Amino acid sequence: MAAQNEARAGLGARLTTAAGWPLRAAFRLLDVPLKVVQRLVGIRGMPWVFLLPNLAFFGIFVVIPVFINFGFSLTGGTQLFLTDRVYTGTEQYAFLLDCERFADPLTCREDRFWRGIYNTGFFIVFQVAFLVLFSLVTALVLNREIRARGFFRAVFFFPVLLSPVVVALIWKWILLRDGLLNAALVSLGFDKILFFVSPEWAMFWAIFVSIWAHMGFYTLILLAGLQAIPPDLYEAAEMDGTRPMRVFRRITLPLLWPTMVVVIVLALIKGVQIFDEVYVLTGGGPGTATQFIVQYIYNTAFTEQVQNFGLAAAASVVLGLVLFVLTMLQLAAARRRDAGESDG
Amino acid sequence: MAEAAGPSMAPGRLMTETRGRVRLHWTDVFSYAYLAFGVLLMFGPVVWLVMSSFKTPAGLVEFPPTFLPLGQIEVTVEGHDDPLLLFDVTMEDGTTRELAQIRRIGIVSQMIDPADPTQTFRVPIENREAIREFRLALENYIDPLERFDFLRYLWNSVVVTTVATIVTLLINSMAAYGLAIYEFRGRGTIMIFVIGTLMIPITVILVPVYLVVTQLGMVNTLWAVILPGAATPTGVFLLRQYMLTIPRDLIEAARMDKASEWTIYWRVVLPLAMPAIAVLAIFSIMWRWNEFLWPLIVLNRSEVYTLQVGLNAFQGELDVQWHYILAMTVVTLIPVVVVFAFLQKFITTGIASSGMK
Repeated sequence: MAAQNEARAGLGARLTTAAGWPLRAAFRLLDVPLKVVQRLVGIRGMPWVFLLPNLAFFGIFVVIPVFINFGFSLTGGTQLFLTDRVYTGTEQYAFLLDCERFADPLTCREDRFWRGIYNTGFFIVFQVAFLVLFSLVTALVLNREIRARGFFRAVFFFPVLLSPVVVALIWKWILLRDGLLNAALVSLGFDKILFFVSPEWAMFWAIFVSIWAHMGFYTLILLAGLQAIPPDLYEAAEMDGTRPMRVFRRITLPLLWPTMVVVIVLALIKGVQIFDEVYVLTGGGPGTATQFIVQYIYNTAFTEQVQNFGLAAAASVVLGLVLFVLTMLQLAAARRRDAGESDG
Repeated sequence: MAEAAGPSMAPGRLMTETRGRVRLHWTDVFSYAYLAFGVLLMFGPVVWLVMSSFKTPAGLVEFPPTFLPLGQIEVTVEGHDDPLLLFDVTMEDGTTRELAQIRRIGIVSQMIDPADPTQTFRVPIENREAIREFRLALENYIDPLERFDFLRYLWNSVVVTTVATIVTLLINSMAAYGLAIYEFRGRGTIMIFVIGTLMIPITVILVPVYLVVTQLGMVNTLWAVILPGAATPTGVFLLRQYMLTIPRDLIEAARMDKASEWTIYWRVVLPLAMPAIAVLAIFSIMWRWNEFLWPLIVLNRSEVYTLQVGLNAFQGELDVQWHYILAMTVVTLIPVVVVFAFLQKFITTGIASSGMK
């Protein structure tokens, strides 16, 4: 741990010297004006001076937009500027939620929205389940006494850093009609499969590719969780001759569970917002088979002939509510995990 | 290992030792099989991408595909201006000869012997096979950068990543300093406010942020990509937690020396917080380099595209030029791989300790 900190500090020092002097000059230039500011507001005012730029950014690009979003969702028309828009009350929400039977998107007035909701629901159930399962297995394997552990950890981790566009293009190239996978199928005596023409296959690959891309991240968190389990528990179990499956069920799983909950909720939050990889991979198709809720918002507001900002904003509010609930769950889970850690 | 131990050891001891070391539990077998499969599944697609990116358009449409990028050998023959493609031809009498193709008419190909240009042959095309050698189609990389706008996209991505990271580090470290060093009324409220913004990802406020950006006149400029994501709650947290560990005595001592608060911030606290700042810098670089949805919305003109948006536009065209796309995908991937190769430990510990990406 000490060596690691030293390595960090060494890197930090190198970065400072590299980016050094222009930055230092810029900071020094601000010395005098900020001294004047300090004289004006006093030392008690200084925290606000330091917070100002950040709060201004949050205000302009997050807080004000949240309110404008409600404004959009309560108005109609195709105008972008709020003052030009017609107040329609809750009409947009009524339109979105107008369904004969909620179980069947085709009976809804805005069936693309419901198609997006159902697709997203289906997607996250399978994506999160298998994502967590594979991350757990990988973390368990990586936590064993294996050779070249650092290498294998890197192997599973590196796709996390790739851009979604790159990930999608890598897999699209493999899954095309004359791609590598179909070549393998043909050489094994099967027929070619047109993966992006079949709704089921498109959804399968959307799930598969997003798991491939994000698994390393969750593996890493679970691995940290596994390494936090006190080794003497395992030693005691070994002395008692406890069977490995029992050790896993009675020691590993209960102690890892708080971390698992955090991972599951994090994966849900990311999964609900799925867009980038799948958009490049399938374009939402075939038809609307892999169109998710964020793509519905994006299409409605930005790509349709008639840009329906109001409807997109109303759908965003619905998505925001879902995320709000999930984030609350995440914070609660994280708090429980951290409380558990400090107890142990 | 057992062989190296050699015959000098007592047979009995050798056996037990060998058994102890070599006997594998089924979980070991499973682990290594899983890891081997993992290497194939995780690395395979990327290796395939890189291999494919060096293939000619003709090589790419080949089915079944070859692993290595191959190019057909061409020869210049007297009396022909353009280089001719070389084939192995099975003649009617069963012998094989190396011939160059002059032209192809339907299923018959007109061929010439490069060694003896006076001799021409008419050969059915099923009797010939292309002679190929390992060759990298570097034009896949050069053309898009020269003839298309990819050099510009690359430049835009570099500008966005650099400027956004500098702005992010500056404003977030200032805020973290304000929240870590001072005790003041309203600090708790601000902290809750910052936590609150965590709950509002850009996907939820696409339309209103687009309005804000439009009103600030930033649509189709790189500022539209740089500014909205500059203040990040995760960044503030990461830096604040780190700054809390800095001894207060240092700050008090600096105040004694009549240093202004700003000077303390950049002379005392920032250098000490460098490890956390470096983590945030790496994350910021990754975020910005890879960002897609938001640039896709606010950048609608080709000259302001970032690499990600440019790649997407290119792959969405009617006549998809995969040889260029694959090469540019590799270009997009290179900085990330370089950063990862050098800073792997740094990134993984950063993620494991902060739980963000």
